[in-house]
Amino acid sequence: MRRDIFQAIADPTRRAIITLIALQAMTPNAIADNFQTTRQSVSKHLRILTECELVKPQQQGREIYYTLEIEKMKEVDKWLDQFRQIWETRFNQLDIVLANMSAATAKNVSSPANKKQKK
Amino acid sequence: MTPELLFDFTVNKETKMVFITREFNAGLSLVWDAFTRAELLDQWVAPKPMTARTKRMNFEVGGSRFYAMIAPDGQERWSLQKYLSISPKTNFKQFNVFTDADENPDPNGSEWDFNFSEANGKTTVHISIYNESLERLLSILDGFTQGMKMSLVNLDNLLDTLSAK
Repeated sequence: MRRDIFQAIADPTRRAIITLIALQAMTPNAIADNFQTTRQSVSKHLRILTECELVKPQQQGREIYYTLEIEKMKEVDKWLDQFRQIWETRFNQLDIVLANMSAATAKNVSSPANKKQKK
Repeated sequence: MTPELLFDFTVNKETKMVFITREFNAGLSLVWDAFTRAELLDQWVAPKPMTARTKRMNFEVGGSRFYAMIAPDGQERWSLQKYLSISPKTNFKQFNVFTDADENPDPNGSEWDFNFSEANGKTTVHISIYNESLERLLSILDGFTQGMKMSLVNLDNLLDTLSAK
């Protein structure tokens, strides 16, 4: 099953892990120390985050350190920005609809092009 | 068209809420109609080059609107909106869910709260959207992204036409 970044941030524990390792690379044990949950559970979240390519494990000596892939996080913001643009576009279209409605009300007489009957 | 009109858009990923505020250069009655009448909604809710088509709409508590967003290639994306509460020209709440063409809904939907107020001839609309899943929030985009680039060009053209008047 293909995982994506939105699955990664959909879980509160995973968001907390992201926040933790945004500050510094950490080992799974050090990460687990910050949670009330089991080491296995943290490992599971780290595996999902790794599959989403949001974090990257790096071997340093005998330890594995997890680092955050900042560039990947930016994808979320890009998507949200597109959502914002959709609304901007919609509202600009609505401005035009409202301007036409105002003009029609001001005229108070339906033009031949206006097929809708005013109530 | 009128750049001085307030527009605010924020997303809270943790609470899965979206907050949108927009000012309109029109009176409350017109803006209320534009948000609550099918023939008006169909004129603006679909970012061009997409179009919206309402199959049926019954704007009353317990009523609903069944409509499609149609892509330039003819692909239809159906949604059902159920009206939960209505205070005329002040507020209405709806539940939104994507469906297939036969109105079979997706498992997750979203709750929308619309608030309207007028001051100095301008109307402000506050919208808050609660999504049952973040994936769903983001999946809203899927149907739109392809049309977006074109739509911005379209909008520019439209604005040019209008300002040339």
